Amino acid sequence: MLAFIIQRLLQSVLVMLTVALIAFALFNYIGDPINNMVGQDTTQADRERLRQELGLNAPFVVQFARFVGRAARGNFGLSYQQARPVGQIILEKMPATLELSLGAAVLASALGVPMGIYTGLHRHSWVSQGMLAVSLIGVSLPTFLIGTLLILVFAVLLGWLPSFGRGTVVHIGWWTTGLLTVEGLRAIILPAITLALFQMTLIMRLVRAEIIEVLRADYIKFARARGLTSRAVNFGHALKNTLVPVITITGLQLGSIIAFAVITETVFQWPGMGLMFIQAVTFADIPVMAAYLVIVGFFFVIINLVVDLLYYVVDPRLRVEREVAAIG
Amino acid sequence: MNKRVRRRYLCALFAMIVLAALAATVEAKTFRWANDGDPTTMDPHARSDLFVQSFDANMYEPLVRRDRNLKLEPALATEWANVNPTTWRFKLRHGVPFHDGTPLTVEDVLFSFKRAVAPGSDLAAQLSAVKEVKKIGDDEVDFITDGPAPILPNYLASVAIMSKAWCEAHNTLSAATLKDEESYATRNANGTGPFMLKDRQPMVRTALIKNPNWWGLKDQPIDIDEVVFTRIESSATRVAALLSGDIDMIYNVPPQDIEHVEKNPGVKVWQTPELRTMFLGMDQSREELLESNVKGKNPFKDKRVRQAFYQAIDEESIKTKVMRGFARPTALMVGPGVNGYDSSIDKRFLHDPVAAKKLLAEAGYPDGFQVGLDCPNDRYVNDEAICQAVVAMLAKIGVKVNLLAQTKAKYFTKINAPGYQTSFYMLGWTPGPLDTLHMLSNLAQTRSADFREGAWNEGGYANPALDELIKKISVELDSEARNGLISQALAIVRDDFAYIPLHQQIVVWASRANVELAPLGTNDFQLRYVKLK
Repeated sequence: MLAFIIQRLLQSVLVMLTVALIAFALFNYIGDPINNMVGQDTTQADRERLRQELGLNAPFVVQFARFVGRAARGNFGLSYQQARPVGQIILEKMPATLELSLGAAVLASALGVPMGIYTGLHRHSWVSQGMLAVSLIGVSLPTFLIGTLLILVFAVLLGWLPSFGRGTVVHIGWWTTGLLTVEGLRAIILPAITLALFQMTLIMRLVRAEIIEVLRADYIKFARARGLTSRAVNFGHALKNTLVPVITITGLQLGSIIAFAVITETVFQWPGMGLMFIQAVTFADIPVMAAYLVIVGFFFVIINLVVDLLYYVVDPRLRVEREVAAIG
Repeated sequence: MNKRVRRRYLCALFAMIVLAALAATVEAKTFRWANDGDPTTMDPHARSDLFVQSFDANMYEPLVRRDRNLKLEPALATEWANVNPTTWRFKLRHGVPFHDGTPLTVEDVLFSFKRAVAPGSDLAAQLSAVKEVKKIGDDEVDFITDGPAPILPNYLASVAIMSKAWCEAHNTLSAATLKDEESYATRNANGTGPFMLKDRQPMVRTALIKNPNWWGLKDQPIDIDEVVFTRIESSATRVAALLSGDIDMIYNVPPQDIEHVEKNPGVKVWQTPELRTMFLGMDQSREELLESNVKGKNPFKDKRVRQAFYQAIDEESIKTKVMRGFARPTALMVGPGVNGYDSSIDKRFLHDPVAAKKLLAEAGYPDGFQVGLDCPNDRYVNDEAICQAVVAMLAKIGVKVNLLAQTKAKYFTKINAPGYQTSFYMLGWTPGPLDTLHMLSNLAQTRSADFREGAWNEGGYANPALDELIKKISVELDSEARNGLISQALAIVRDDFAYIPLHQQIVVWASRANVELAPLGTNDFQLRYVKLK
């Protein structure tokens, strides 16, 4: 097991290197940050000197190598825009993104799984039909439009919730949390719903499809034939067996929630890593962009690893096979 | 995600739904406002970016500042004059304390100037005329220039005075250079201005409080006790935050939202013409254009072609259709409010596609030609839409324009020195010192090899007679004679079709109905003018 984890972590290094290489190859196309850093009266000589000092004249492979060399020592460089260490900026922004993403993931599973079960068990009821119809909206409307709509209804028209930002945050060591204040909790509601809607729909439809399939299986028929209550059949046997694919997808989706947070954070001016990334792109702040992409790559690898490990917890067959293999 | 699409969606939504008025609950004299940018540094010398400078000017003050009508007025200096053609003498105001309580002295002025031209400062280029700064007694200081410098006070209006003792104590004797880590002054401030820094979260939120010991209080009471600035980049969210009452004032209101915002009874819209002039430039220096199907010659070298382009463009339509009325068509490369602007020569040549087509034929292009147009898409109000309109208008006289709309990071790299890789481009220009000379020497003077003159003359326009005139303007101290020379220069630029001026944008700010503001053409937002009812 330990060997497996170490192997996966080594793979993650390879993933991050690849992401960084592609990123640096693309940075050539986003333009030159110098013009964003200096005023219109700055002389050409000063601009050229700055470009030289920042190493922007070097070919991308050299810039990539320098980045990797520094990053290996835990130094992601200085943000062009803020003149602060990128690592420090990311640590500052990470809590906001993780709270929002986890909030959205919890919301998506807490609503998506029960709705999926209900629509799977009561396939023809009008409630199910209604849920499915509404869920279509969730997958087909773009995130920024859902966010803007929610702001319009709940902030502008009804005035119940704030239209932007994270409210008041509390510092716990280097972590900042908005979950301990009323303003903070009010502020997370709309962005979390926006971010969760797509995932919720996905989870609901997945659970529904799985349930329908499992209910057709022979062992469910036999269970019913034995006279078990439908409660025991549905929840004891059917639901348990739908969970493996659901966990896979939900887990993998957590990575895309973090990545999709870029749009939600921009709409709600949520001060997280996604917004930071967008700000970096408009400024051509290369060190920030590179570090963000590498870190998101890292998150994806870690999430995949955790999902793989969860299989062993959920699916007893895997444990048995491994033990058999160990004995053999 | 596409910003424009998002705006359009929001637009449609607003049109569909009549907004209910909301009773604004304003906390006791806290003023909350938002903008799409962040004042990236509190160090007033570090960046010459207009928004940063304007924000920091609430905490730090210069010797002379701009009043509500953009005229120079005394700030930390009470009077100033030329004692001889190369010396400006400033008399310092008495009894001015810094936020930390230490009194302002001549030493602070000397120190601040030194800091403002040291490596790390982005103001050095503007102050290159100053040879020496000398202390004359306890309350006077001389700026000695290497030649007559008629607009030095204009430049000094953007040089903030910092406390020498404070900078020494915190080891920030110069602003951090752009390749180095921030200095203490990046996130802390100690000026003499009407507001003091309370809390700074970069890129998120900045809070200021009123300075109870400000020297100006007796003439200009400050109405607000606390100011909270939040950066909100998405324009739809910014507008929503204003409408919902979460924010008291926003600026950079997108033109397409202004109408809907205005209809809301709880909200007020403020407008004033901006000093930035939008224009089109043409490569007039290369023997053959980089991006054109005309080979072996450069059509823009022919004045008739430049005039044809000018007369083919219908600026009135750009104003009404693209800018929704929020533009002021101009014939000059500077607008009202910039010293030297002359309304008597601000007359545009007629929009006349027939005459334009004839001019093109006379120049030897009866069937037009092809040319590339460089345009930013995230820099100016509706920049890409203006360029698209220009493409359609030039198509009517047979010119096929290939539009390349790109982000500002890419755009400026392409068109700027040293490469000037453009044939035809759209740019906006605000003369920093609010004097026409700044536009002339950057845009109309012949490019020098070291890029000091004509640095932004991307098209390489060159006119020796105009160069002579510009040199005279730069050393003429008599302001009436000087303005006469400026008028001549502006007329030459206009009649030579050196550029195709389009319009000045209109600054649009929006606030809750209970807020009083003083919008300035520089888009410079000074909190000392804010009143909350």
